[in-house]
Amino acid sequence: MTDVSSLVEGRTGKWEVVIGLEVHAQVSSQAKLFSGASAAFGAGPNEHVSLVDAAMPGMLPVINQFCVEQAVKTGLGLNAEINLFSIFDRKNYFYADLPQGYQISQYKQPIVGEGSITITLADGSTRDIGIERLHLEQDAGKSMHDQHPSKSYIDLNRSGVALMEIVSRPDMRSAEEAAAYVSKLRAILRFLGTCDGNMEQGSLRADCNVSVRRPGEELGTRTETKNLNSIRFIAQAINSEVARQIEIIEDGGTIDQETRLFDTSTGQTRTMRSKEDAHDYRYFPDPDLLPLELDAAWVETLRQSLPELPDALRTRLMDEFGLSAYDAGLISEDRDTAAWYEAAAAGRDAKLVANWMTVELFGALNRMGLDLADSPVRPDQLGQLVERISDGTISGRIAKDVFAIMLEDGADPDQVIEEKGFKQVSDTGAIEAIIDTVLAENTDKVDEYRGGKDKLFGFFVGQVMKASKGQANPGVVNDLLRQKLNG
Amino acid sequence: MSDILAMTAVAARQALDNKSISAVELTEAYIKAGQDTAENNAYVLTTPDKAIDMAKASDARIAKGDAGLLEGIPIGVKDMFCTKGVETTASSRILKGFVPTYESTVTQNLWQDGAVMLGKINCDEFAMGSANETSAFGAVINPWTASDGPLKGKALTPGGSSGGSAAVMAARSALLAPGTDTGGSIRQPAAFCGLVGLKPTYGRCSRLGIVAFASSLDQAGPITRDVADCALMMTSMASYDKGDSTSIDAPMPDLMAALTKAKNEGVKGMRIGIPDEYTIDGMPEQIVTLWEQGRQWLEDAGATCVPVSLPHTKYALPAYYIIAPAEASSNLARYDGVRYGQRVDGATLDEMYAKTRGAGFGDEVKRRILIGTYVLSAGYYDAYYIKAQKIRRLIQNDFHQVFSGVDALLTPSTPSAAFALGEEDKDPVSMFLNDVFTVPANLAGIPAISVPAGLSSDGLPLGLQLIAPALREDTLIEGAAMLEKAAGFNHVASGAAS
Amino acid sequence: MSDKNPDFSLDHNSDHNVIDKTTIQKIAKLARIEIAPEREDTLCGELSTIISWVEQLGECDTAHVEPLASVTGHSLPMRDDVVTSGDDPDAVLSNAPEEASHFFVVPKVVE
Ligand SMILES: [Mg+2]
Ligand SMILES: [Zn+2]
Repeated sequence: MTDVSSLVEGRTGKWEVVIGLEVHAQVSSQAKLFSGASAAFGAGPNEHVSLVDAAMPGMLPVINQFCVEQAVKTGLGLNAEINLFSIFDRKNYFYADLPQGYQISQYKQPIVGEGSITITLADGSTRDIGIERLHLEQDAGKSMHDQHPSKSYIDLNRSGVALMEIVSRPDMRSAEEAAAYVSKLRAILRFLGTCDGNMEQGSLRADCNVSVRRPGEELGTRTETKNLNSIRFIAQAINSEVARQIEIIEDGGTIDQETRLFDTSTGQTRTMRSKEDAHDYRYFPDPDLLPLELDAAWVETLRQSLPELPDALRTRLMDEFGLSAYDAGLISEDRDTAAWYEAAAAGRDAKLVANWMTVELFGALNRMGLDLADSPVRPDQLGQLVERISDGTISGRIAKDVFAIMLEDGADPDQVIEEKGFKQVSDTGAIEAIIDTVLAENTDKVDEYRGGKDKLFGFFVGQVMKASKGQANPGVVNDLLRQKLNG
Repeated sequence: MSDILAMTAVAARQALDNKSISAVELTEAYIKAGQDTAENNAYVLTTPDKAIDMAKASDARIAKGDAGLLEGIPIGVKDMFCTKGVETTASSRILKGFVPTYESTVTQNLWQDGAVMLGKINCDEFAMGSANETSAFGAVINPWTASDGPLKGKALTPGGSSGGSAAVMAARSALLAPGTDTGGSIRQPAAFCGLVGLKPTYGRCSRLGIVAFASSLDQAGPITRDVADCALMMTSMASYDKGDSTSIDAPMPDLMAALTKAKNEGVKGMRIGIPDEYTIDGMPEQIVTLWEQGRQWLEDAGATCVPVSLPHTKYALPAYYIIAPAEASSNLARYDGVRYGQRVDGATLDEMYAKTRGAGFGDEVKRRILIGTYVLSAGYYDAYYIKAQKIRRLIQNDFHQVFSGVDALLTPSTPSAAFALGEEDKDPVSMFLNDVFTVPANLAGIPAISVPAGLSSDGLPLGLQLIAPALREDTLIEGAAMLEKAAGFNHVASGAAS
Repeated sequence: MSDKNPDFSLDHNSDHNVIDKTTIQKIAKLARIEIAPEREDTLCGELSTIISWVEQLGECDTAHVEPLASVTGHSLPMRDDVVTSGDDPDAVLSNAPEEASHFFVVPKVVE
């Protein structure tokens, strides 16, 4: 069962890493989960705050239907069970950025039950990761500790923003798998449109539960590292936590079950609070809210109207366009990329388009620091370029020159080919003339070739191509040269 | 002046409409009555200027023929209702100085209908208490006094938690008073002060803008001088509110029509259940007698009374004292000195919280928060909270079952008449027993009304309670009107303004 | 005393307190309420009385009873996803014991 390759080598033997993730994904709603304040990012302090969010006396929550719908859609996208009856609970604890003194969340009866997603690793292998549940809950506000030497400043703009907490099974065995899981989850959320997946703005954060054990043994004590807001940090935090835990155990120590924070400057985790001062959350059903009951037919309507998801798209790209698993994986990472590709590939050599897109275009955009959305080359332009290769107007070599010019000024490939005179020469008469000149200038080599030195054929091709400034059709050149030299 | 104060709200509405009196005159009379009876400690804040302004506006609307249901009627507002621009404290030190920027839906409904605000009314701190003794403003004194017996000459409790509201009604220093009832906080003070008090079906009145005590039990309702005023005020207070997820979207039956029906037809054909389990050991004989009297009155008016059984009644009170504190412990977590109210500084955030809440809450509130925290904490939740919620279902089922055979239930409102202030047993549980007859209706979410039905041998008011199925406030009004007519209760508190 | 009727007796509480001082301080800490040491004894007695009294619920068989989820029996009403409030920090902060440039201010929180 355990994939041997993912084991970690310690001083005293091999260790198996066990990882489970809790991802908090902000619902892409206009307003908050239980109040009419804006959920938008980036306002002045306490501007996006209603009386409900500030927990004013007598204020009551009313749920946002859109958020419920997004949770159900996400559940469907995770192949999960949708619970037609769910309960909102209060999770009670005191904190400066928790105005009510409790967070409204779902505890025993969440809106979404078990599901799973398939992740693809770099070697092309796939793994299924179990989803334990998805529930809706409120986000907390924000405390700022660096504004004043002895005070913290509280901004409640995020207080009450709708989150989907997606809890995985402890099914991951390496930082790579965890990273792949979060990437895949983010892709699914984005395809569904239920969360924008923007990790820098905190729309997607992960808590990582990590433990280590000897292969085949009982689960070890786990730690939870909170609030990681990039895939790179998730991988770093897990690796540093794994190393820390193995070292402690190999030195004869034990792991404390605790909550840890990841320090981005050191790349290490540190203690936040230990089990001893863990909270007693005193969950109970929120009496201000009634049970959430969903109509099975409504859920079915949502299921029918789900957009194509990454896995389906990937399969379709392979079936319909003949792409390799790898290219299909790259292109299906987000819906905009796939749409870009489909527009470029329509009616053209789809594999060649995929190749040009993933190698040349992505490489160039990467160098220029641009997103695909800001690409100077439009999908139909890349498609046209590939079409000119396919129909023999230009060679693949020349196409790279054309592409470089397209990147600079966004010009159409046909226009570049025309203006720069890049059109490939296939006229046998013109090519014959060049061949004759080349052979005449290299009579010694011609003799050597005819004397049995076959390898010189490449030399003649090179000379002809050079003399034609690369525009001669290589196929025609080959044919004619062979006739002349052998004839 | 005395004539003015003697009018019920319904009578005052007529007098205002036929211009025999102006809203300003009526309001001035009540402002003065409030000053004359200030020793009751019922008002925690008076808003006379606002009252006069509102009364003037009422007079203008009456002149235009635009009068609302409660146009020009002066009202005292229990300090649990948030009132925009007017300090609201829930009678707690922790909310001292809190001025809401918003209005509760219930009071908004009252103002919408033309009511005039006289001020804010004392109550038990966060409505937790049954004697109005837990208020940070001090106890309220019942305008009623014993004419005889051991209580003679002693200051009595008006009951609680809406003690101040009942006191201003009995003292005639307000013409109507909205209360809140979590376990009997409208009905018990109404009974102690010779008034009508109605706790409607859970969800009838919006809870939005009312300081929460126990969300699944809290309901606002009217405290009035008679049943007709109760029907009038209930009609105004109730509304479906999309801002309260537990609000009921069902039309209120025509309570005025129910009144007329009772007047014309009596309660002919009505079936009234007399629950066995409300006979409790040690209940004063005169309560038993009054209850029997009430049964007789209803039968004389055409009802059939039958014994019924609500077998889980004995568990209502202890279940309530798990559920209510549990919800309260969470509802009151927001009073932390960060966004409003009083703060006591501390070196750390946790120290600030603990000091603020330690100093801001009174003993009863602290006790209930601690009990609530305990019953919800790890390892105890199932044994206490879940157990109580199961009992709650059994109690609701009991009511469901009996209501398949009867239209309403008749019970005493309280196990005793008003008692002396400051002399009640220090044992917290004995104070809880005041609510023994009122709590089951809160647990089941069904409506109940207390009607003044007679005086004790010491000359103190006693009430009878009618309990109806959910949404049947009309049945309560019909039955209450009948009891009221039969009882002919026309006594006035010795401490009433004149 | 008949066993079906409300129990007015307090003999449930025996001499020993079911809630001791350690428990009082533990729940007081959870509830963030400072309890003066001299109040502990009284509170232990009071809370123990209440807890002992509510424990009479134990005698009621609830093995096959679902806990009540809501008294109304209705499903949760929902609102549309429309921004209807906010953008008034002055109102939000109008009652704040301490504020600075539209932030609430509290003693420094150490994480
Ligand atoms: Mg979590
Ligand atoms: Zn969460």
